[in-house]
Amino acid sequence: MEILVASAIGVLSAAGIYLILRGRSFPVIIGMTFLSYGVNVFLFAMGRLAVDRPPIIASDTTVYADPLPQALVLTAIVISFGMTALIVVLALRGFLETGSDRVDEGIPKLPEPVDERLTS
Amino acid sequence: MNIVLLPILPLLAAIFPPLAIRSGRSLCAVSAAIFTVAALLILAAAAPAIYRGELVQATYEWLPQFGLSFSVFLDGLGFFFAAMILGIGLLIIIYSRYYLSEKDPMGRFYAYLLLFQGAMVGVVISNNILLLVVFWELTSLSSFLLIGYWRALPEGRQGARMALVVTGGGGLLLLAGLLLLGQIAGSYELTEILQRGDVIKASPLYLPMLLLVLGGAFTKSAQFPFHFWLPHAMAAPTPVSAYLHSATMVKAGVFLMARLWPALAGTEAWFLIVSMTGLITMLIGAWIALFKDDLKAILAYSTVSHLGLMTMLLGLGTPMAAVVAVFHILNHATFKAALFMSAGIVDHEAGTRDVRRLGGLLHLMPISATLALIAAGSMAGLPLLNGFLSKEMMLEEVVHTPYAGNPWIMPTLATVGALLSVAYSVRLAIATYLGPVRTDYPHHPHDPPLGLWLPVATLVVPVIAIGLLPAVIAGPVVERTALAVIGGQALPSYYLALWHGFTPALMMSVVALAGGAALLMAYKPLDRLRLAMPRPEAKRIFDRVLDSAARGARIVVAALHTESLPRYFATIIVALIIVGGAGFMTGTHAAGTRAPLPVNGPALVIWATLLATSVAVVVLHPNRLLTLLLTSLVGLGVSIAFIQFSAPDLALTQISVEVVMTILLLLALNLLPRTTPRETGWLRRAWDGVIASVAGLGLAGLAYAVMTRDFQPISEYHLAQSKPGGGGTNVVNVILVDFRGFDTFGEIIVLCIAALAIYALLDSSLRGAAARRLASMRQGEEAADAHPLMLVVVTRVLLPLALTVGAFIFLRGHNQPGGGFVAGLVVAIALLMQAMASGYVWTAERLRLNAHTMLGLGVLLAGLTGLGSLLFGRPFLTSTFGYVHLPVIGEFELASAMAFDTGVFFAVVGTVLLSLAQIARVEARAERKPVPAGPSDIQLRHPAAAVAPPATVLGKEP
Repeated sequence: MEILVASAIGVLSAAGIYLILRGRSFPVIIGMTFLSYGVNVFLFAMGRLAVDRPPIIASDTTVYADPLPQALVLTAIVISFGMTALIVVLALRGFLETGSDRVDEGIPKLPEPVDERLTS
Repeated sequence: MNIVLLPILPLLAAIFPPLAIRSGRSLCAVSAAIFTVAALLILAAAAPAIYRGELVQATYEWLPQFGLSFSVFLDGLGFFFAAMILGIGLLIIIYSRYYLSEKDPMGRFYAYLLLFQGAMVGVVISNNILLLVVFWELTSLSSFLLIGYWRALPEGRQGARMALVVTGGGGLLLLAGLLLLGQIAGSYELTEILQRGDVIKASPLYLPMLLLVLGGAFTKSAQFPFHFWLPHAMAAPTPVSAYLHSATMVKAGVFLMARLWPALAGTEAWFLIVSMTGLITMLIGAWIALFKDDLKAILAYSTVSHLGLMTMLLGLGTPMAAVVAVFHILNHATFKAALFMSAGIVDHEAGTRDVRRLGGLLHLMPISATLALIAAGSMAGLPLLNGFLSKEMMLEEVVHTPYAGNPWIMPTLATVGALLSVAYSVRLAIATYLGPVRTDYPHHPHDPPLGLWLPVATLVVPVIAIGLLPAVIAGPVVERTALAVIGGQALPSYYLALWHGFTPALMMSVVALAGGAALLMAYKPLDRLRLAMPRPEAKRIFDRVLDSAARGARIVVAALHTESLPRYFATIIVALIIVGGAGFMTGTHAAGTRAPLPVNGPALVIWATLLATSVAVVVLHPNRLLTLLLTSLVGLGVSIAFIQFSAPDLALTQISVEVVMTILLLLALNLLPRTTPRETGWLRRAWDGVIASVAGLGLAGLAYAVMTRDFQPISEYHLAQSKPGGGGTNVVNVILVDFRGFDTFGEIIVLCIAALAIYALLDSSLRGAAARRLASMRQGEEAADAHPLMLVVVTRVLLPLALTVGAFIFLRGHNQPGGGFVAGLVVAIALLMQAMASGYVWTAERLRLNAHTMLGLGVLLAGLTGLGSLLFGRPFLTSTFGYVHLPVIGEFELASAMAFDTGVFFAVVGTVLLSLAQIARVEARAERKPVPAGPSDIQLRHPAAAVAPPATVLGKEP
C-alpha cells in the first residue's frame, strides 16, 4: 500500500508543479490545489499508514493511528482553503483591474520621475 | 541634575515650537530657547565637578546583549563641546527669530534645530560608542532636514541629498569602524576603550579599523576628498550654516578624532594619513575660498580649510599639538560663527551676498561691519585677536615636525595655508565693508535690529578677550579640555600668551601676512591662471557616481525581478531539487524494514483514478471548467484515502472543503476567461515537465522511504492524556482544541484575516477600472431560471436536516469524528445552498447574524475561553471539563474546550460566507438580466415585487 500512496503523492505534486509553472492565474490556482493535496497526504503519511485504527480512544484496543499528523493536516486543509480563496480573489481582482490574467509579465510600468540637476 | 537630560531635553522639546508658532513668532523662539537654557543650566551644574577633574556619568541599559547601553559621560572635552553647542545654539535661536521672514515656517525650523542640537550634544557626551553612532546619524538626518529647509529651492534639496549621502555613508563606515574598535578593545564604553590604547594600537585589525573610523570623521568634517558637500550645504538658511556647518556639526569629525586620540593617535599610520589629509584640505579649501564671490561660499571653503588645520594638528599626535587643536576649535567657533551671521546680516540688509556687488558697508552699517571686520581679522590671523594665537602655535608645532624625513614639507605648506587664509580674509573684508559707498545695492543697507547683531557681538567679545588675555580667559578651558583629549598623560608645559619672542612661527606669520597682501595685488592674473587650469567639478563627479550606482541597481533589479511568477516558482523548485538531490547523493540508500500493508482492490481502483485524473488535468487544463470538475474528483479521491487510512476527521474536513472550494472556483470562473490559451512552446513545456517530474519523483521517494521505516511517535503522550487530561476520546479534536489550542487560535485568526482581505479586495473593485470592466462584461446565458423551483424546494426541505447534521457533528466532535471545523463547513454549505437556490438577497434577509459578526464572535469566544483559564491561575487556554446531569438526556460531559470549538465554528462559517458572498456581490454587478427579488421566479402574490438591488447581499450591508 505504501508504494501506492507514495506514487500518488508524487503524481499529485508533479501535476501541481507543472500547473503552477503556467503563465495564467487559473492554472496556477489549480496547481496550488494539487500541490496542497500532495503535501497534505505527504504530511499525513509521516505518521505512517494504518488501517482501521482511527485515533479515537476505545476500551478494546491500544493501538491507534498517529493523531498528531492528522491534527496538523486538518488545520492545513482549512488554512489552505482560506489561502486559496484569497489568491482566487487576488486573481479575480487583478483580472478585473487590468483585463489580463497573465502572471508572467508584471504590471505596466509607470513613467520614471525626471531627475533634477543643480544648474551651476 | 542627571546629564542624560542634556540630549533628551532638546530632542523632546522639538515638539513645542511647531505648537507655539500659533501664538506668534516670538513665543515660538522663546519655546525653543527656554529648553536650550535649561540644558545649559544642567551643564553648568556639572561644571564644578568637571573642573575638579571628575567624570560625571549616567548609564541606562538599552540592548545589553549587543553591547549597546544608553550611557553618557562628561569630561573636559565633552563639556567643552556641549557648552559650545548649547551656547552657540542659543545665540542662533535668537538670531533666527529675526533672520527668518514671515513666510518661512518657523515652528518647523526650530523643531529641526532642536533635533539637531539634541543629537549633537548626544554625540559629544556618549560613553557607549554605538550610542554615539546613533546620535551621529541623527545629526546627519537633522542636517539633511535643515539644509533642505527651503523646500522650494532645488539647490537646497540637492545640497541636502548630497550632504546626507556623504555624511550618512560616512556614518556607516564609522559604525563598522567602531564595531571593530569595540571588538578589539573588548568593550563599547569609551571610558574603557580610552584606557586600552596599547592593546588597540598593537592589534592586527588596527589599520582597517582606523581607516573606517577616519572615513566617518573625514566625511563629517569635510576633509579632502569629501570636502565638496559642505559648500553645497550652504543652500541652508544662514543661521543653519553658522551653527551646523561652521561651529558644531562639521566639528563632529574633529571631535571624534580628539575623543579617540588616546586610543588611536601616535602611530605612524595615524600621523601619515591624518596630518597629510588635514594639510591638503587646509590648502585646497583656502585656495578655492580665495576665488569665490559668494560670501557664504568664501566662508564655507574657509571652514573646510580651518577644519583641515585642526585635523592636521590632531594628526601630529603630540600632546602639544592636541592642545593647539583644542584652542583653535574654540577660536574658530567664535570668529567663524560670527562671520556667518554677519554674512546673513549683509544678505538680509543689502539683498545680495555677492562681494562684487558690495563694498563700503562700513559707512552704512557701522556696528555690524565693525564686528565682522574684527572677526575677519581673527580669521586672517592678525595679532591681538584669538585667531592669531592658535595660528602661531600651530606654526610653531609644524616647525618641529618632519614629514617622511623631510623637515621642510610641513612648515612650508602650513605657511602657504596661512598666507592664503590672510588673502581671502582680507579680500572678504575689503570687498564687503571697505571702499566707497555704492548706490546700486538691491536694498539700501543699514544696521539691523539688535536681535541680529547682538549674537554676533556676543561672539566677537571672546575673539578680542582671548586675543588679549589668553591665559586668563581661555587658559582653564583649554587646559581641562586638552587633558581630556590626551587622556591620562601630563600636559606639556606651555603658556598662552600674545608675545613669544622672535620665534620661527612669528617669521612665518610675517611671511604669511606679506605674502597674502602680495597675492591680493596679483589677484586678477592669478584668477586667470586658475581659470586656465583644469578644475574638477565635484558636483558633476558626484552626480555621475550616483547615476551609475542607480543604473547598476536598475540592471540588477531588471535581471532578478522579472515579475514572472512561473520563473520565480521554477527558480525555487529547481533550487529545492538541487539541495534535495545533493542530500540524496551524499546519503546512504538502504531499504526500509517496516512491513508494508497489503494492497487491496478498492485502493487500487482509487489510486488508478487519482493518477488518471491528475494526468488528465495536466493535459486538459486549457479547458477550465473541465479542469475544475476533475480537480474536485481528485479531492474526493484524497478524502477516500483518508478514510482508508484511519483518518475520519480528515476525510470529513476534506470533503466539506472540497464542496466549498468548488463553489468558490465556479463563482470566480464565471468572471474569468473560460479557457487558457496555449502560449508556451513544446520546449518550454517539456522543460517544465522535467522539473515537475523530478520534483514529484523526489517527493514520492522521500515519502516511500519514510513510510517503510519504523519510528517512535511523540503522540504517545496525546493518546494517553486525551481522555484523562482533555476529557475527549477523539484525540485529533482534543489536540486541536486543547493540546495545541494556541495553534488553532492563531489559525482561526488567519482565516478571519483572509476573509477580511477578500472582503476589502472585492469591495473596492466596485469602483474604478474594475467596476467599468465588470459593467462591460457579457454574461453567458447558461441557465434560463434564476431560481429553479425544484432546487428552491429541495434546499428548503434540506436546510433543517443539514443544520441538524452540523449540530450533531459539532456536539460529538470531542469524542467522535467531527468538531468545530467540520461543523462550520457543513453549516456554511447548508446556508450557501439556500443562497444558490433562492438568491443571496433573500438569504441575507433571513440570516440573523451577518458574516462579519460571526468572524468577530468566533475569535472573541475562542479568546475569552482561553483567557478564562487565567482567572483560575492556569496558563492561557488550559481547558477544564466536568460531567453534568440533565433529566431525560442523562449524564453528559461539558468541557470548556467546547466553548473554544464554538469559536472555531463561528470563525469558519463567517469566513466561508463572507468570501463567497463577496464574490457573488461582484457577480451581481455583471448581471445583465434583472433577477427577481423573491425566492422564486414565479411571483405568487406580489406581482409588482421589486427587482433586487444587485449590491445587497449576504455579507455586510453596503
